[in-house]
Amino acid sequence: MAVVSSNSTVMNNVEAVRATLYEAMKNDDRTLVLGEDVGARGNVFLITKDFITEFGPERVIDTPIAEASIVGIAVGMAMEGLRPIAEIQFADFIYPSFNQIVGEAAKIRYRSNGEYTCPLVIRTPYGGGVRGALSHSVSVEALFYHVPGLKIVAPSFPADVKGLLNAAIDDPDPVLFLEHKKTYRLIKGEVPNGHYTIPLGKANVLKDGKQLSVVSYGLYVHWALEAALGLEQEGMSVEVIDLRSIRPMDKTTILRSVEKTRKLLIIHEDNKFGGIGAEISAMVAEEALFHLDAPIRRLCGPDVPAMGYALPLEEEFMSSPAEMAEAMREMVKF
Amino acid sequence: MAVERTESKAGSAFERHGLSDEQLVAMFRTMLMQRMLENRGFQLNRQGKIPFASASEGHEGVQAGAAMAFERGKDILAPYYRDLGLELGIGLTPYEVLLSLFARAADHSAGRQFPHHYASRRLGLHTISSVIAAQVPHAVGAAYALQYRRERGRAVLTTFGDGATSEGEWHESVNFAAVHKLPIVFLCENNEWAISTPLSKQMAQPDVYKRAVGYGLPGAVVDGMDAIACYAAAREALERARSGGGPTLVEAKCYRFLSHTTDDDDRTYRSREEVAERRKDDPVPRLERLLLEHSILTAQDVEALKRSILEEINDATDRAEAMAYPAAGDLYERVYVEGWQPWLE
Amino acid sequence: MASTDIATGTFERHGLSDEQLREIFRNMLLQRQLDNRGFQLNRQGKVPFALGSEGHEALQAGAAMAFNRGKDILAPYYRDLGLCLGIGLSPYEIMLSIFARAADHNGGRQFPNHYSSKNAGLMSFSSILAAHLPHAVGAAYAIKYRGEEGRAVLATCGDGTTSEGEWHESMNFAAVHKLPFVMLVENNEWAISTPLDKQMAQPEIWKRGAGYGMPGRRFNGFDPLVTYAAVKEAMDRARRGGGPALVEGTCYRYLAHSTDDNDMTYRTREEVLEQRRKDPVPAFEALLLEHAIMTAQDVAAMRKDVLRETNEATDAAEALPYPDSTELYTHVYEGAWQPWQS
Repeated sequence: MAVVSSNSTVMNNVEAVRATLYEAMKNDDRTLVLGEDVGARGNVFLITKDFITEFGPERVIDTPIAEASIVGIAVGMAMEGLRPIAEIQFADFIYPSFNQIVGEAAKIRYRSNGEYTCPLVIRTPYGGGVRGALSHSVSVEALFYHVPGLKIVAPSFPADVKGLLNAAIDDPDPVLFLEHKKTYRLIKGEVPNGHYTIPLGKANVLKDGKQLSVVSYGLYVHWALEAALGLEQEGMSVEVIDLRSIRPMDKTTILRSVEKTRKLLIIHEDNKFGGIGAEISAMVAEEALFHLDAPIRRLCGPDVPAMGYALPLEEEFMSSPAEMAEAMREMVKF
Repeated sequence: MAVERTESKAGSAFERHGLSDEQLVAMFRTMLMQRMLENRGFQLNRQGKIPFASASEGHEGVQAGAAMAFERGKDILAPYYRDLGLELGIGLTPYEVLLSLFARAADHSAGRQFPHHYASRRLGLHTISSVIAAQVPHAVGAAYALQYRRERGRAVLTTFGDGATSEGEWHESVNFAAVHKLPIVFLCENNEWAISTPLSKQMAQPDVYKRAVGYGLPGAVVDGMDAIACYAAAREALERARSGGGPTLVEAKCYRFLSHTTDDDDRTYRSREEVAERRKDDPVPRLERLLLEHSILTAQDVEALKRSILEEINDATDRAEAMAYPAAGDLYERVYVEGWQPWLE
Repeated sequence: MASTDIATGTFERHGLSDEQLREIFRNMLLQRQLDNRGFQLNRQGKVPFALGSEGHEALQAGAAMAFNRGKDILAPYYRDLGLCLGIGLSPYEIMLSIFARAADHNGGRQFPNHYSSKNAGLMSFSSILAAHLPHAVGAAYAIKYRGEEGRAVLATCGDGTTSEGEWHESMNFAAVHKLPFVMLVENNEWAISTPLDKQMAQPEIWKRGAGYGMPGRRFNGFDPLVTYAAVKEAMDRARRGGGPALVEGTCYRYLAHSTDDNDMTYRTREEVLEQRRKDPVPAFEALLLEHAIMTAQDVAAMRKDVLRETNEATDAAEALPYPDSTELYTHVYEGAWQPWQS
């Protein structure tokens, strides 16, 4: 972490998560973190490093290996006035807690008609490109974005991590906070000092363009930006939108962009069928079909259960800036 | 703790565990109210006025006893859907119950939930779903909050049937509570039937409390047909929890006299003889006999009590029925803290 | 059960022949050598990940000896190299997994140490703790359903996994149906960084057996012979139709969780050194020497042979190709299949 000015600090995404959690723990003693290896180990990515010394084991809970109850107990804490931040060590391990997320957390407010609420954050690292094989590399957002009562955030830049995590912690409803593990140390950026929030549901236009709108999030938004910047040399003007929030999703920014560029390419790592891109495509088809000069295109992960461990299997699963650039070229030329 | 029986023998003393006459009568009233309210639910269902009802006949003793050990305004209850007596015992009114049965707008969940899925912040009564054991981790989280805030003198009571003990979330929750010595009581209302699944297909040995030793917390078993013994067992466990002594697993052996719900026919999976045999141990007449034999109530008192309860239920039924359903537009409300749609404009 | 007592010079061999005792020891040596090789390859940058089971050698070699090849089924977890070797997996197969080669059983898809071999009766499993246990119970149900007497399922897990809901649900179901199922817990006191006292309020997992209505017992997992006897007793009962059992072997995880972990962030060097004094490999070696089952020369020759075998397996596996990138799309369903049908 290097301070570049008095107003901001350069951090990677791990440091941004850690610093934000640290501030939340410091400022509000209702806040506590619970999960596997968050204590003495300080989380497997060292996100809660030294928290246990600073805040004590009562607020930094090394749970037994039991994901359903990690979320379920956090739900009960939230119902009784605490602000728990539950961690699922890898998104691949979230399935045992599906009932507590979908069946319970997302319905507490609704089923009690507002008498009980569930202000809960569930953080989890997701995504591949790290040789994580079948059980340390999946994307889980599409499994959850169908669920009313739940909010989902997937920031890509350290400054967004901070602002959105603060917003998630402040939020009175359950938020699933997805952190792409490949971006953890890869992505660095300036993070404003002091407390701030970024509202959930606001996309960010990373680069203006005239000929094509690219919507992405997570690791791939960095690669999409790299590809789009490269295409400037070829005289192509591509707009890149970082969704940041998956539920709610920013309709205005997407429509405004598509109505300007008249072409839409959606890029995500999660597989295509029933993915986030399907919902965006349907929305644009419903709201802006006659603005389009080309069919909507989705560049997504293949429809296989997960990426394999062997390098060729992972590389085949993952896209690349070059592949993204090629898709953009074809769209611009269409 | 051994199974304790509060015997009713003419002339002999009985162990009242410090309960006053008024408290004994209050427990009895809750038990009668529970039975008569459930009867009303079944009537309304047969009349075609409500689509669904379920009952807890056979659970009156354990629920009235446990409710008497619950400290209103302090303790928290995370029940399951067969806990009408517990809910009445901690302060839910017959009118609130009827609002739930009729799914009226004035119901706590505004008619969203199935009957008997109550929630009341005022009473410390957690909202529950129909998913078995899903409330148990919430109860543990609540107990963690109490311990974390050093709210000594408060505890969480969570209840479930025998079937729930087979759920992974039950196991994870009991284990976590034991590790952190939380102020919580796990009360199993073992009625031997999970819809159609008998206890012998639910677990290989029939005593839920015996699992306690594997988690490192005290286990206790009590005759669930004996309201006074259940009070004593629940009080001892709740007192331990409130005073920082950690969690307890209490098992009350009772029986489900009726079908699972109005949508179930228990004749398809168990014999009339079995049910008739267990009826002999019915907790309601059992406590009634005790109260009569010890002159805590007279036969006339009991009759008067039943009349007053029926009047209260009739009144609650009429009032609730007269209330409006929620407006259709309410379907969209309180999904999140404010009006909110997945697409943000 | 008499335990091995090296000091008094007597030992209970539980019916194991000299040859079987040497086989157990060779398994233990091979296990350590292969684990060591994985870590070396990781440090050399040749493989991205390795994970060791040092401290579990005796437990795994002993348990494997109680497994009937060609009959029993093994549902292991990811720290079970010795068990997998002991039921017939070869060092070459281990190296194929570490190098993620096309010839690997799962075609290089899975993480290292996530073996599967239908031929060996070794069930496929993921990294999700306890997720394999319902499968093991289902396999035991199939054995019972088909009336296949003399077969049983051996499932293993660490202490941390006993906290999972699926562990509980599996144990309970196995007990209700009196299935030919043995739950072997390798209690090494650490779940990555979480010590046993944060995992459960009382430290003896075997005590949970009674709550499910199945026998529970505990043994010293640093001793391969008492391990063999305890697992054999449970497996034999299961094979005879006597129902499931919970057996707990106490051991210790000497290394960090994996090459991605640093255990010095959560436990002391002193604790590990203290446990190292009980290291099962030299202890068993001493026993074999003491009772003249092997000579020092025999041991040296065996070590040399194990190293040779490891080297050969490493070279052979490394020389093989990765899977082709098109393999990403195979075996999703039976036959070629896409979510959109035309």
